Amino acid sequence: MGNLYDLLSQDHRFAEALKACMNCGICTAICPAAEFFDYDPRRICDTVQRKDENAIEELMRSETIWSCGQCMSCKARCPRGNAPGEIILILRKYAQELGYYNEHIREQQQRMAATQGRNILEIGYCIHPDRVLPEQHPEQGPIWEWYTSHIADVAPKLGANYHGEGPGALREIHEKNLAEIRKIYEVTGGMALHKKLTEEL
Amino acid sequence: MTKRFWNEYQKEIAEDHFFYERSCIRQTFFPGSETAFLRMMREELHKDIRDEENQHTCTGIGYHSDFVPLETTMTVVARLFSLMTEAGYKNYVPSCVTSFGIFTEMVEMWKHNPALLEQTRENLRKATGREFEIPENLVHPSDIIYKFREELKKNMKYQLVNRFTGRPLRVVEHVGCHYAKIFPEKGIGKSEFPHVLAGMIESWGGEVVDYPERRHCCGFGFRHYLLQENRGYSVANSKKKFESMEPYEPDFIVANCPGCAMFMDKWQYTIAEMENKTYDRDGYGIPVLTYEEMAGLLLGYDPWELGLQIHQVQSEKLMDKIGIKYDPDAKYRGANGKILPKPEKPRFLKQ
Repeated sequence: MGNLYDLLSQDHRFAEALKACMNCGICTAICPAAEFFDYDPRRICDTVQRKDENAIEELMRSETIWSCGQCMSCKARCPRGNAPGEIILILRKYAQELGYYNEHIREQQQRMAATQGRNILEIGYCIHPDRVLPEQHPEQGPIWEWYTSHIADVAPKLGANYHGEGPGALREIHEKNLAEIRKIYEVTGGMALHKKLTEEL
Repeated sequence: MTKRFWNEYQKEIAEDHFFYERSCIRQTFFPGSETAFLRMMREELHKDIRDEENQHTCTGIGYHSDFVPLETTMTVVARLFSLMTEAGYKNYVPSCVTSFGIFTEMVEMWKHNPALLEQTRENLRKATGREFEIPENLVHPSDIIYKFREELKKNMKYQLVNRFTGRPLRVVEHVGCHYAKIFPEKGIGKSEFPHVLAGMIESWGGEVVDYPERRHCCGFGFRHYLLQENRGYSVANSKKKFESMEPYEPDFIVANCPGCAMFMDKWQYTIAEMENKTYDRDGYGIPVLTYEEMAGLLLGYDPWELGLQIHQVQSEKLMDKIGIKYDPDAKYRGANGKILPKPEKPRFLKQ
């Protein structure tokens, strides 16, 4: 394996994400994920900044990097202008590329790629009421069951253009637009990642 | 004299001619709010705003959940900007706060790294043959409503005042994290004292509740909500906020982020189901409105066209407090007046 720190620092976001961490811990104090999981953004910054290859690899193979909820509260509060949440995005990117994630995380990534990821390519949006199924979303309550059961009658009342042509919320996305999205995916690596995740299923 | 921190920073918000971009989450859960925003822009403020049919997702949910790479998101953003350029617009208005954060981040990266901008132009050209310009003005719809809040007030039929007591309504404002936490200088009042929603509330007669967890995330967490087994993270963070705001007895919550508004509504139902606990005195929950729903109600728009009936926490008691007139019989009717069966009632959350 080559130098992991150098690999991480090649990412376009790295220079802005990690400038010089002074280990003050404000990020951890404000972090919702640190309160809920065994996760510590201060330690993430410190581990990467120390350039200890073994420690970085251990971090990339751990589940802890998948705990961040991406709220970016850390970015707002860091007195040095670091963004631990951005470092997380870089660590996750290379953990996926190098196959460093464990079976549990891999299955989770596959599941999202096969649902919301597929939605983008098939209907042009990450989510759509037709695909937020009440049985998979009990937290949405009986009102969601009601809305999705009667959406053809209710959505037009809300000004939506449900599966219609032309502009408006919930309109049908024309195939020419979907084709361009798919082509962008092919040119920029999105399709390769999508296929890697979904074909592993 | 109280120091007004929010006043130290104001952002530039264009006057007119906007290109509107719809949102995955908003069109799913709040299509009436997108409709109301366009109506306010056109009918109340007489602004030109384009609703483009060829637009699509920004992929932001996939980007922050790590199943869409940066380069792909960046080029999808470029395609959306190319639609704006093609239509002859320069002012871009994404409906979603996640999208606003995504667009701001991509533009900032291009500014700092011109080679990356060139690579994106090349990628878009290769994939679609399209060209694009970076918007001259990139703002969230809540910025625009904030800017024109006094103009809108002139047309309002109601105020955020309890008609029984004459006192201002107590309002919890929740600003989506990606509105200003990633790039504080892009938000009105920056990230610590965002004034975007507080300004609307104060102008329209209400009182802002300043509670300890005011700036805490709603708990969306991207992958944490998308993965059913991780949703404990999401509900726990909203619960922390509800517990913190409960002693202040807010009349309602208003949010400028689609995820936040949806979660803070639906997690109240979930917590009621799990613990038979609500955060108001009477067991109905605290209504959660989008800023367009708040403005629309005060302008006298039909609450059932705004979509308040598809929230799980119902808003009739709030509307009664303000004195808003509504037709209860129209609540569960379709667009053509068709009578629909009523939804099932939750076990604990009163409706």
